[in-house]
Amino acid sequence: MTMKQNTPSAPRPIDWTAYASQLGALGVLIAICIIFALIEPAFVSSRNIFNVLRQVSIYGLLAVGMTFVILTGGIDLSIGSLLALAGLVSAAVYKGGMGLLSAGTAGQAEGFGLIPAIAAAVAVGVLGGLLQGTAIARLKVPPFIVTLGGLTAFRGGALLFSSGQPISTFTDEYKFWGQGMVGPVPVPVIIFLGFALLAYVVLRYTRYGRHLYAVGGNPEAARLSGLNVSRIVLSVYVITGFFAGLSGFLLSSRLNSAEQVAGVGYELTVIAGVVIGGTSLFGGEGGIFGTVIGILLIGVLSNGLTLLNVSPYYQQILVGLIIVFAVYLDQLVKRRRR
Amino acid sequence: MDRQSALLWMKDVSKAFPGVQALQSVSLYAAAGEVLGLIGQNGAGKSTLMKILSGVYTIDSGELYFNGSPLVIHSPHQAQELGISIIYQELNLMPNLSVMENIFIGREPGGAVFVDRRQLEQQTRAILERMHMHLRPTALLRSLSVAEQQMVEIAKAISRDVRVLIMDEPTSALSEAEVETLFEIIRELKRSGVAVIFISHRLEEVLHICDRVSVLRDGQNAGDVQVADTSREELIRRMVGRSLEQFFHRTEHLDGSVSSTEVVLEVQKIHRRGNTLNPDAVVLDDVSFSLRRGEILGLAGLVGAGRTELVRTIFGADRRRSGRILLNGREVNIHSPVDAIRLGIGLVPEDRKAQGLILGLAVRENMTLAHLDTLSRAEFVQLATERRLVTEYIERFEIRTPSMEQKVVNLSGGNQQKVVIAKWLMLTPQILIMDEPTRGIDVGAKSEIYELMHQLATHGISIIMISSEFPELLAMCDRIVCLAEGRVTGELLHREATLETLMHFCTLRRQVVSVSEGAIAL
Repeated sequence: MTMKQNTPSAPRPIDWTAYASQLGALGVLIAICIIFALIEPAFVSSRNIFNVLRQVSIYGLLAVGMTFVILTGGIDLSIGSLLALAGLVSAAVYKGGMGLLSAGTAGQAEGFGLIPAIAAAVAVGVLGGLLQGTAIARLKVPPFIVTLGGLTAFRGGALLFSSGQPISTFTDEYKFWGQGMVGPVPVPVIIFLGFALLAYVVLRYTRYGRHLYAVGGNPEAARLSGLNVSRIVLSVYVITGFFAGLSGFLLSSRLNSAEQVAGVGYELTVIAGVVIGGTSLFGGEGGIFGTVIGILLIGVLSNGLTLLNVSPYYQQILVGLIIVFAVYLDQLVKRRRR
Repeated sequence: MDRQSALLWMKDVSKAFPGVQALQSVSLYAAAGEVLGLIGQNGAGKSTLMKILSGVYTIDSGELYFNGSPLVIHSPHQAQELGISIIYQELNLMPNLSVMENIFIGREPGGAVFVDRRQLEQQTRAILERMHMHLRPTALLRSLSVAEQQMVEIAKAISRDVRVLIMDEPTSALSEAEVETLFEIIRELKRSGVAVIFISHRLEEVLHICDRVSVLRDGQNAGDVQVADTSREELIRRMVGRSLEQFFHRTEHLDGSVSSTEVVLEVQKIHRRGNTLNPDAVVLDDVSFSLRRGEILGLAGLVGAGRTELVRTIFGADRRRSGRILLNGREVNIHSPVDAIRLGIGLVPEDRKAQGLILGLAVRENMTLAHLDTLSRAEFVQLATERRLVTEYIERFEIRTPSMEQKVVNLSGGNQQKVVIAKWLMLTPQILIMDEPTRGIDVGAKSEIYELMHQLATHGISIIMISSEFPELLAMCDRIVCLAEGRVTGELLHREATLETLMHFCTLRRQVVSVSEGAIAL
């Protein structure tokens, strides 16, 4: 009965407040970069810049997937564990044996080759995502619970798969993807930025992207508009699975070793980055641009503080504070908008 | 019994909300040991009145007296302290606590830390026995039926020494036998000197249990009569009044030629069970009707009649239990909104904000949401085409928004509704279902929406319109199907329909339908 009457003010072609949280994160990022540059000039050397980018590229890839999930109002806690499992599978396929059988036998090119190794890692990720997505979208188990289960189960799977042993030492062909350079640019950085661009285009310009925002904004209205909500929800977990799988391969390549403990705690850093970038945990708001900024912010902070010889423990405290502050800022902007 | 000595007396109470005068100089009194019936159409002001008594709203003007002394109610808590309790349709109980814990929640006997369970049980048992309620104090609330849970609410009120007990549609979820049990409890309350205010759409029950009836209409008093001196017909007359507001009137109605036009939709024998209150409740019972091309068909009914459930079932938003739906003479299977939309059916839902719109998205994105399949080429939304289309609809419907990029949350109710309607018209539907299309919309926007509906019908789109405002149905519809308690109780052509006939059919109860009122069209 009580309708809020809104008399429109001057015409505004773009609602900038919609991007406020993303732009806010960008502002903070630039400010921090300037401060670090002033204190420690080495911070802005091109070597260090690419170093930062390389450090965040795996987190970044995972965060791209996580943005899709969080846009629908969901969450995926399993990515770190799934990454470890996928990395081991990839390594085992590459080395031509399963698990322990091939561990330690360095460099023998008796395996199935690079392409099958990458394909296997991605397949493991996609399959894991499909499994969890089905439980969430069809069986209606809350995403937090399903992926909490995945967090434990996939880690167990990783330990079981390789009987608790890492699979190490690969050929250059394998290591190239995690360690190589194209000119001055590290390969994982290219992969990260490539997928970020692709995701940006998908979210902004495609029908699927539009559906995603609609489902996250109001699933009931989306359903009544003829959207297949459960299929869309399912799809985002497949997407995070894909990125977890790919990252599993990349991390094993970069470290020259696939470890059972790879990716422990990554989910929290990744979620932090997405949230700092202005994507709402309630769904329907945010985007890839903000996510890239958010992840860079975490990377820059950690890199800069390390350069300044600040203990990594302080870094964790700082990141924690920034998460809360970023969300508080976001709420502040929204409250003023009302 | 005169007003001054009544237990509760509301004198000339007014309350306005932006754009709506909800109550205008309403007076009401209730005496100890009396059962007062409070009736009125949807939106007559009953719930506003209740919310004033429970301390949710404050009054703009007027006076309240309790036991002869002036009264100001600040909060629900204070209302309860005074002995004014309200039992809402949606019960406010904790499903995982026991009966006794629910009754004494927040006032448990015992020390500062531990609850004295024995005393709790004894006190509960005393109340239950006094009221002849056959409940176990330790039973978990969620194991009880709706009727039993309602008893717990009443017991809770009694435990707080209730003086005035207000019951909002207490029988709507009860079976015949349970209603009788409830009436026994009400009589018991009456004997112990409680003033009971019984709000109901069921006139037979009001006439049966109440001593006196107060009628509200459009936020004003429309009569206060002793049950002994009144009749069902008089109550209906008082509820609807004589004043037909000036609504937009359609110039062309299909009346008379209706039989010659082609049937677009036929709904046959739809059944549905279960609602949020009661999984066994009969929601829709053997509902059949047909819709013709270019017709505006009204669905009339009071709250709980099953109108929204019926259209949601047709649209595939909820599962139906049985029944057939024929579209252009061919049976169709509609399992989800996707199916309905593919068949050319659109739904403007009852709750615009919760079901019709993605509030955080722009006008443009909301408008084309159901239309993206056609607007996309190789998955990419054709932005230029989209903008052109949206501009066209914004102009055609005169949607007042600074730009198509404005978030719909910032639009007024009428403009929001136009966005929802535009979303469906982009799909060129053959049937448009509109559930309360003018709810919460100012007068100007209302008439624009009426005009729009009329145009659509003229262009051959068939419309099913639900409205709680009978005058609106009378003005807009070629034909009106009346529902009561999930059943079709009557069907009226435009020229036959009056406020009285509509109200008559919408308040028909089941037995009455079969026994004394044989003259039903279906």
